Amino acid sequence: MSDRNISQMTCPIPLDDYPEVTMAHGGGGRLMNDLIDRVILKAFSNPILDTRHDGAVLATEGGKLAFATDSHVITPLFFPGGDIGTLSIYGTVNDLAMCGARPRWLSASFIIEEGFSMETLWRVVVSMAEASKKTGISIVTGDTKVVDRGKGDGIYINTAGIGIIPPGIEIAPSKIREGDAVVLSGDIGRHGIAVLAVREGIQLESGIRSDLAPLDSMVGDLLDADLNVHCMRDLTRGGLASGLNEIASMTDCSIRIEENLIPVHDEVQGACEILGFDPIYVANEGKFITILPSRYADRAVEILRDHEEGSQAAIIGYVEKSSYADVLMTSSIGSERIVDMMSGEQLPRIC
Amino acid sequence: MKYVSEYRDRDTALKYADLIKQLVTRKWSIMEVCGGQTHTIVKYGIDQLLPDTVTLIHGPGCPVCVTPVELINQAVEIAGFENVIFCSFGDMLRVPGSTDDLLGAKASGGDVRIVYSPIDAVRIAAGNPEREVVFFAVGFETTAPVTAAAVLQAERLGLDNFTMLVSHVLVPPAIETILSSPDCAVQGFLAAGHVCAIMGYIEYEPIAEKYSVPIVVTGFEPLDIFEGVYMCLQQLEQGRTEVENQYLRAVSREGNLTAVELMRSVFEVTDRKWRGIGKIPGSGFRLRDKFSKFDAGRKFKVSSHEVEESEICISGEVLRGNKKPYECAAFGAECTPEHPLGAPMVSSEGACAAYYRYRYVRKNDE
Repeated sequence: MSDRNISQMTCPIPLDDYPEVTMAHGGGGRLMNDLIDRVILKAFSNPILDTRHDGAVLATEGGKLAFATDSHVITPLFFPGGDIGTLSIYGTVNDLAMCGARPRWLSASFIIEEGFSMETLWRVVVSMAEASKKTGISIVTGDTKVVDRGKGDGIYINTAGIGIIPPGIEIAPSKIREGDAVVLSGDIGRHGIAVLAVREGIQLESGIRSDLAPLDSMVGDLLDADLNVHCMRDLTRGGLASGLNEIASMTDCSIRIEENLIPVHDEVQGACEILGFDPIYVANEGKFITILPSRYADRAVEILRDHEEGSQAAIIGYVEKSSYADVLMTSSIGSERIVDMMSGEQLPRIC
Repeated sequence: MKYVSEYRDRDTALKYADLIKQLVTRKWSIMEVCGGQTHTIVKYGIDQLLPDTVTLIHGPGCPVCVTPVELINQAVEIAGFENVIFCSFGDMLRVPGSTDDLLGAKASGGDVRIVYSPIDAVRIAAGNPEREVVFFAVGFETTAPVTAAAVLQAERLGLDNFTMLVSHVLVPPAIETILSSPDCAVQGFLAAGHVCAIMGYIEYEPIAEKYSVPIVVTGFEPLDIFEGVYMCLQQLEQGRTEVENQYLRAVSREGNLTAVELMRSVFEVTDRKWRGIGKIPGSGFRLRDKFSKFDAGRKFKVSSHEVEESEICISGEVLRGNKKPYECAAFGAECTPEHPLGAPMVSSEGACAAYYRYRYVRKNDE
């Protein structure tokens, strides 16, 4: 690609497929992955980016750094269990943690719509200050832009972060091996359902709060325990299913999980039953999977359960030899099915 | 989770599978009418646990799948009008019309909103008196009562900026169409539990008698399906052709009389075209004349010419139960959930989507 002039490259997504970006291109599923593969990676491809980890791992003379970025757009700005400010800090902190890094420095960039309430802006930045204090990360640079009324949705926040990876830590999908255990840090689907429940148009009488939480402390304890962690991934858009697919698709292995072992809160399950959602595709903001040698799996669960956010941690499956699909699930009645990556967004069904 | 996990219990499922193996003495084909049941069957692999002699045929009971392409085109056109807020259930958004879907209309600037109930669309209309709010009223007898309630509420509120594009369809005429087809292979039916929760099952009794076919009103959880299949096979083995009710916890013979009355006060029965199947007499609802001011088709001048379906898509065969999704040449190739050629690949209840999602292995996946 390097010998081709970028300006001469044609858009690789055929125009007759999708001439315009749709919401499904941002849903965390296959369409989003297509967009990344066929447009973003096609234009920017390099060995560091191509690893497609949650953050980039950069080798320097003094050791390894992790570098990650995340943009935050959410309606409503304040939701049960969190707000866009807290989300913008923890989102990037968690991406750094998934590289095995101790998060250190953060940039914050705001795109604010004309007319946005100054008082609300203050509440958002106070949340960010509290979240950065809790995780020990410093916001060291930033930017603000204001756009015309109607050209933004109140406020968008981008953060980018740098963390330091302790010596000897190497975490990547390519490290997973047949026989490894898959450990989930807690019950899934809370963030997606909490946000959905307060959006206009849905009246779910739900007490569900987002699971929004920083993962750096749990990850730090796991790494300190020397459990030879092979891979980690935080489960955000696209949920558990997409996270597992992303990992398995980059290796020669398959992942098999068992439906009955996946913790799901009753209220999340109930909301999913009503809306026709599958909890394994619903978004989280404070959950991650750890793939490590099975002999260490019980210890990993113990360590996670010492944390409030990890109290429901469980071993949910294993890495297998490459099979006919990337991710397989033993259903609750004992039969087998494929767990595919979601197509676009989960759309609530009619009946 | 209570009221859910007990209907997904492995040991009980295996017991039913065993009972069915012992019961069956010959080959039988049973159609589950509802797409929700199809999804349960494919998602939980219920067909894998049944003996080879029992074939489950997937029926046309997916309201999204059978909405005619002409109506999708109308919806896309109306959604593109300035000043319109177009409200729809979520899974209609990606159903392909001739050139675009509602998600595309949204990306092009249309104000398309997902609602969870038609009542929400009425609320949006009341809150936006300067805008025209249009609701896409699709669904079987299950959703029709709430659509009817929305019409009555809009009338009570005196709204003149609320209309709907009505495409409600009815199950019994579709069952009769399948049974009267000369190549019909269906020997027994699982009727859709939620439709019968509204309608009861009195109207299925003459069908069972006329066509000598057992019909079992069945729920949607894995054990509901196992029990429904077992009850249907018992009838077939014993030579009975009755209407039985497996879904006792939700369905009575008479149904929900209040809901039925509500529906009848707002809608009247009409002929309706089903995507992939064609026109079925008396198989849909339209607004009664006195509610015609809520008819979006009258208010907005939109094209309504007949449209040819994709030549390679066999969704009609799939919806009639004559073919399985994987027997289509386009399945997984030209037709995927990302780029569906036919509606059964889109909807959360479509048979093609179920097979693609839970069974299909992509070739050449990198």
